[in-house]
Amino acid sequence: MGYKFSKEEMASIFSKLAEDYDVFAPVVKKGDGTFSDVDVVRYDKVSSLDEIEFEKKSDYSFKEALLPINETIFYFTEDETTVPKGPAKERLVFLRACDLNAVKRLDQIYLKNGFEDFYYKRTREMTKFVLMGCKESCTSGFCVSMGTNTTDEYDLYLKLDGDNAYVEAKDEKLAEAFKSGNEEAVSPDFVSENPTKVTLPKNITPETMKSELFKEYGNRCINCGRCNFVCPTCTCFTMQDIFYKDNEKNGERRRVWASCQVDGYTEIAGGHGFRSDNADRMRFKVMHKIHDFEKRFGYHMCVGCGRCDDVCPEYISYSNLVNRLGKECE
Amino acid sequence: MSLDINTKKAKKNAWRITKERGIGASRIRVPGGYCDAEVLGMVQEIAQTYGNGYVHLTTRQGFEIEGIHLEDMEEVNKKLQPIIEKVGINQNGEDKDKGYSASGTRNVSACIGNNVCPFANYNTSNLARRIDKEIFPNDLHFKVACTGCSNDCAKVRMHDFGIIGQTMPQYDPMRCVSCNACVKGCQSLSVGALRLENYKIVRDTEKCIGCGVCVTKCPTRAWTRSEKKYYKLTIMGRTGKKNPRLGKDWLIWADEDNIVKIIKNTYAFVEEYISPNAPARKEHIGYIIDRVGFEKFKEYALKDVELMPETIMNNTVYWDGIHFDNQH
Ligand code: HEM
Ligand code: HEM
Ligand code: SF4
Ligand code: SF4
Ligand code: SF4
Ligand code: SF4
Ligand code: SF4
Repeated sequence: MGYKFSKEEMASIFSKLAEDYDVFAPVVKKGDGTFSDVDVVRYDKVSSLDEIEFEKKSDYSFKEALLPINETIFYFTEDETTVPKGPAKERLVFLRACDLNAVKRLDQIYLKNGFEDFYYKRTREMTKFVLMGCKESCTSGFCVSMGTNTTDEYDLYLKLDGDNAYVEAKDEKLAEAFKSGNEEAVSPDFVSENPTKVTLPKNITPETMKSELFKEYGNRCINCGRCNFVCPTCTCFTMQDIFYKDNEKNGERRRVWASCQVDGYTEIAGGHGFRSDNADRMRFKVMHKIHDFEKRFGYHMCVGCGRCDDVCPEYISYSNLVNRLGKECE
Repeated sequence: MSLDINTKKAKKNAWRITKERGIGASRIRVPGGYCDAEVLGMVQEIAQTYGNGYVHLTTRQGFEIEGIHLEDMEEVNKKLQPIIEKVGINQNGEDKDKGYSASGTRNVSACIGNNVCPFANYNTSNLARRIDKEIFPNDLHFKVACTGCSNDCAKVRMHDFGIIGQTMPQYDPMRCVSCNACVKGCQSLSVGALRLENYKIVRDTEKCIGCGVCVTKCPTRAWTRSEKKYYKLTIMGRTGKKNPRLGKDWLIWADEDNIVKIIKNTYAFVEEYISPNAPARKEHIGYIIDRVGFEKFKEYALKDVELMPETIMNNTVYWDGIHFDNQH
């Protein structure tokens, strides 16, 4: 059911909602960008509507609201372990169509990949999604090419338009909060075309893996991992055991985001590493996004949000790499 | 008819009396080196109409339009008016259409700063323009320069006052993925103030120079810049015939307002203690301090200055450099 409100009404409903839920949304962090006096848009807990950045696509994805960058798995003493408590409150996560499609990929890895991940599951079950529409396409995204420009998996759709606000509440419990509004048919804004278009390679063969393109781009890559850390579908983590300095018999085990582009990712005991060559890393990342995952699960991992292209300090365009690879495979 | 020109007045009006008789050069300083491109067209016009068609880009970020007949000084001064306004030279009201008064205190120069440079920690041109407004015009010989970070591309350590941008890096351990990029960056590009301990970063606050390299290297925004902008103030660098020396750190993690105050306060110090024999009232401030002592300088410079608690002040500063003045 859809409702219309004035922006002020919506703001006050939202503030009440934010008391019942932990709300995670993209916010502009002033001056927190890579360079001086440059802002960054990333996710944080918000308590009022005006904190949310609706226009600009977030530089870092919503992923950290479901998968913390650092998550303590358990604390240990000499003879006991304690698992930290999960989220106390239900949470609302604001995101766009491509990102909501990315949630499906995270679920695939953490819930439907042989076993259910305890930590992901307990957060995921407490999470509802609020869709922010895209009135116009961003420049780098290619959601249409990836078929991720639309979704009906949202619990709430929320749109601000001048002095008005519109919602469509699919979740019954959430709908309660909006019953006071004027009923009106509301449907989300989805884009049907992006300036960036990607044509995936059709016949990927073992030969494809030897493409010179991986060398070319690999040589330019500085292994910073930004492309993975901003990606809503990268799911890799590493384990860290911390022994507290005061008493090294106590500590904690954390899982921490990892990137297949950063040194150390394939390192094992004895110092062996299996993908020290940049071309191999580039190949592995690209193939994971547009080939390996699909082979296993029947659909592509990449949702075409374009964040990896936006963030790369070396101006490596993954989307262009894929397009060039597509041409090579014709 | 022979030329009859008050050269002292001309010099204080930003004209150079050149080695060629009858020929002058018009000097246009550009505060902070920041300049609307339209000015280039205006400079071109003057150079081609009145000069010999050549312009020297001065070491202190100005234009020196060469080869102008001194008879044309007045006319050229009129032509300078829109340039003076565009580059933001602090002109005396009565000087309108008559050039600008200049002497002693030199153009405040700046590296390109955070308008463009990824390393810079602040807008150097804006600060240079702010200082310009505070200290110009003035006869006393002061050199001030602003540089965006510890790379010191503006060579501020060759100035009486050198302002180096700093940021106090802010670390959020919960965003850190232990990738080591900051540790490597600080090690290879800066001072090696970072290390990984228990998979998290430890910053040696004594070593850290606030260059901001760690912030630019961090892929997750675990490192960000401090909201406050900080500056290192180096003092009394110079080159020249007697005792060239590099400016030394005096204040570290200082703020903009106090630095501006200190520079202004120093004018009173120089007025009081400049040697009566100083040619054209030009004596390097460093030499004055050598003579009267650092404590005296501090007394003047720190008048009404209340430093922030985090500002580190070196109580005494010594300079070395090369001594040509007392070699035998
Ligand atoms: C046939 C015998 C073994 C197999 C198949 C095997 C397999 C593995 C595999 C697949 C990993 C994970 C590598 C990764 O990080 O991706 C691993 C890690 C490890 N293995 Fe083994 N392993 C064997 C024997 C041993 C033995 C005999 C030891 C000790 C004496 C050992 C000690 C370790 C350690 C310490 C790690 C963790 C390395 C790290 O995280 O860097 N393994 N092993
Ligand atoms: C010469 C022999 C072997 C080589 C060169 C080798 C190489 C590797 C490499 C490079 C990886 C990392 C893959 C990646 O990061 O995507 C890996 C993972 C693994 N290998 Fe092997 N392997 C060998 C033998 C074996 C054997 C004999 C077993 C088991 C009987 C085994 C079990 C595994 C497992 C379970 C993993 C996954 C570890 C994880 O998920 O972290 N490997 N191996
Ligand atoms: S690979 Fe790039 S475009 Fe695809 S989902 Fe990840 S960040 Fe977005
Ligand atoms: S392997 Fe690389 S591309 Fe794939 S999920 Fe992990 S970090 Fe992302
Ligand atoms: S962001 Fe660019 S440079 Fe950094 S790891 Fe990814 S591709 Fe390489
Ligand atoms: S700001 Fe400090 S810690 Fe960071 S790179 Fe510079 S010296 Fe190192
Ligand atoms: S660069 Fe950032 S993420 Fe990497 S170790 Fe340093 S603080 Fe952590």
